Amino acid sequence: MTDKERLLQYCLRQGDTHIIFGYRLGEWCSKAHILEEDIALTNIALDHMGLGNAWLERAASVDSEKRSPDDLAYRRNEREYYNLLLAEQPNGNYANTIARQFLFDVYSVLYYSELLNSADDTLAGIAGKGLKEVRYHYKHSAQWVVRLGDGTVESHKKIQEAIDDMWRFTEELFEMDETDDIIAKSGVGVDVSGLKEAWKTQVSEVLEKATLSLPDHNLSRTGSKTGVHTEHLGHILAEMQYLPRAYPDAQW
Amino acid sequence: MVEELNIEKVWELLNKVPDPEIPVLSVVELGVVRDVYVKENRAEVTITPTYSGCPAMKTFSDDIISQLKKNGFEEVIIHTAYNPPWTTDWMSETARTKLKEYGIAPPQGLAKNSLKLFAKNLPIPCPRCESTDTRRISEFGSTACKSLHQCNTCLDTFDYFKCI
Ligand SMILES: [Zn+2]
Repeated sequence: MTDKERLLQYCLRQGDTHIIFGYRLGEWCSKAHILEEDIALTNIALDHMGLGNAWLERAASVDSEKRSPDDLAYRRNEREYYNLLLAEQPNGNYANTIARQFLFDVYSVLYYSELLNSADDTLAGIAGKGLKEVRYHYKHSAQWVVRLGDGTVESHKKIQEAIDDMWRFTEELFEMDETDDIIAKSGVGVDVSGLKEAWKTQVSEVLEKATLSLPDHNLSRTGSKTGVHTEHLGHILAEMQYLPRAYPDAQW
Repeated sequence: MVEELNIEKVWELLNKVPDPEIPVLSVVELGVVRDVYVKENRAEVTITPTYSGCPAMKTFSDDIISQLKKNGFEEVIIHTAYNPPWTTDWMSETARTKLKEYGIAPPQGLAKNSLKLFAKNLPIPCPRCESTDTRRISEFGSTACKSLHQCNTCLDTFDYFKCI
């Protein structure tokens, strides 16, 4: 693999994760239980789409096939998508969505504060922008974890189940393959395996405040780095890519 | 066009382009315009998004292009830069006063002073009665850059321009 191919791959992983999170959160539009949450989730969705776009722009800039950011988003199949499995998990009930976002938001804050030092100017810029935004996302999701956990018997049960369920996909956040290794060693990317401890500390702190417990299972599922996904991604792409694929020259 | 097309002229013209969502502020006062380059009747303007998913970015570009073309420029090119990331610290005192008069609480403190990773919130004074006895209703308001608050003294609800 050349340096450019590696950087392309690295940018696609981060960009795809944001696009899919953005897509999932967008599905809440007009369906949340209160107006404020409807607005919050769609605002967060927009941030993810914006960050995803910034990453795909960087990816497009090193792509030997000269694909545009839109081509990258709309013309790749499931096996060519590299988003974290966590991102594609269905919204479920509100607790499922909050648990999914919370586990990722803590990670994102840590990830972007490291990426600020990237040797790649564009990535450092994305990190500066991203960090400001994901800190708000974290505040939002952490607050809801506490509110649900320390709420009623029913809400406590639902958020605990949701955390236990989403936990399977968190090991992947800290996974490193050869591409990640080389990109991290060159000072461009982040060695995410080093973020795990700080992540667990911050997650535990919030869970404790929420009267919740850390999951006691070690079930884990990964695969996104090679494009192996859970059953959900295909359905997302089928809907998301329908229009640009059916009408390739559509303009608006 | 008798008037000379120079950099000062461009800044002056851009200072008359309002933010589509907060029309009391211009794109310059908001800090979205980062750099201007002029060569004869061609202008290049570098802008930076307030939020990465800010839906107003397209409007910013279109408005800037049409303002400059209306005023003698033949070619206008817009560049987007992410680094350094936009911050409310770039907002002048005048801009903050305008925001407050418009009914939006201006950002409190400086973003660069609140770099703690998992930070807490500062109290937000009500833009109408100055009371600091206010509560946050929602971290996200009508746009990504604002949150929604209520004053416990005058009971009015108001937008707060987040300090980022
Ligand atoms: Zn008041």
